[in-house]
Amino acid sequence: MNIFKYLIVIFFVFSFYTSNAQDKNTHNKITKNLRCLICQGQSVYDSDSEFANSVKILVEKKLNEGLNEKQIYDYLKNKYGEWILYDPEFTKNTYFLWLLPIFFFIIGGAIIFKLFIKRKN
Amino acid sequence: MKNKIIPIFLSIFFIIIFFIFYKGLQIPNIYIPKIDVKKSIPIFEAAILENDNQINSEDIFEENKFYLLNIWASWCLPCRDEHSLLINLNNQRDINIIGLNYKDNYENAKKFLKELGSPYKIVLLDKDGTIAIEWGAYGVPETFLIYNKKIIKKIIGPLDKNSMIEITELIK
Repeated sequence: MNIFKYLIVIFFVFSFYTSNAQDKNTHNKITKNLRCLICQGQSVYDSDSEFANSVKILVEKKLNEGLNEKQIYDYLKNKYGEWILYDPEFTKNTYFLWLLPIFFFIIGGAIIFKLFIKRKN
Repeated sequence: MKNKIIPIFLSIFFIIIFFIFYKGLQIPNIYIPKIDVKKSIPIFEAAILENDNQINSEDIFEENKFYLLNIWASWCLPCRDEHSLLINLNNQRDINIIGLNYKDNYENAKKFLKELGSPYKIVLLDKDGTIAIEWGAYGVPETFLIYNKKIIKKIIGPLDKNSMIEITELIK
């Protein structure tokens, strides 16, 4: 019976640790995908500026309030515009940006495929 | 004919790429935030500098009145420069100036207001900078003109004579 009690305690301690680690991971992931708007070429995660530190605290607060990753991105996008996100969304302004690499990949693949067939013949 | 397709295709391809880069060179790569968008003001709770009581933003901003929210800190030198402009504005016009004290030391903030005078109707404390983020601010100093719970003008950086003229034009 005693062993059972210990096991329960151990289980709770570990589940607490893992949930904490999970929160930290999401926090890091979100701040890595946010651009520090007053820095040059740094994410909020990398920067130690006043702005970035405040955003880090805010993300932590929002996570504690139960918002998910997307809700936090939307929240900050509403405040600062899409520029704050490193991953541009798929809109009519960015479809060229997203589709061009795929287009190149297909063209390149087609050329290689054609050469391959030619050589075989 | 078959041999010609590839060079033609390649030259068209490079011409297109050239034009894309040429156009891209002319686009300024300095990010300018949109400052003329009318957004609703955020709802938040903050402590007051004078007595440390909590107050809700909805109790501060009333409809049909002009408010100026000024984000400042005692450690911020441009804030010192723009302070006299705020005092002038407060004396000359019917406008409520709300201060948001950003990441500041309590004693220093009080000293700052004692030394330079206070144009503020109320000073709110933002110890960790999150309220400034709620407003969509970038740092200190920053000023928002509010009417009917909407931000009608946003000034990033210190106020100067031109921005003061703009503000007085807007609140006429």
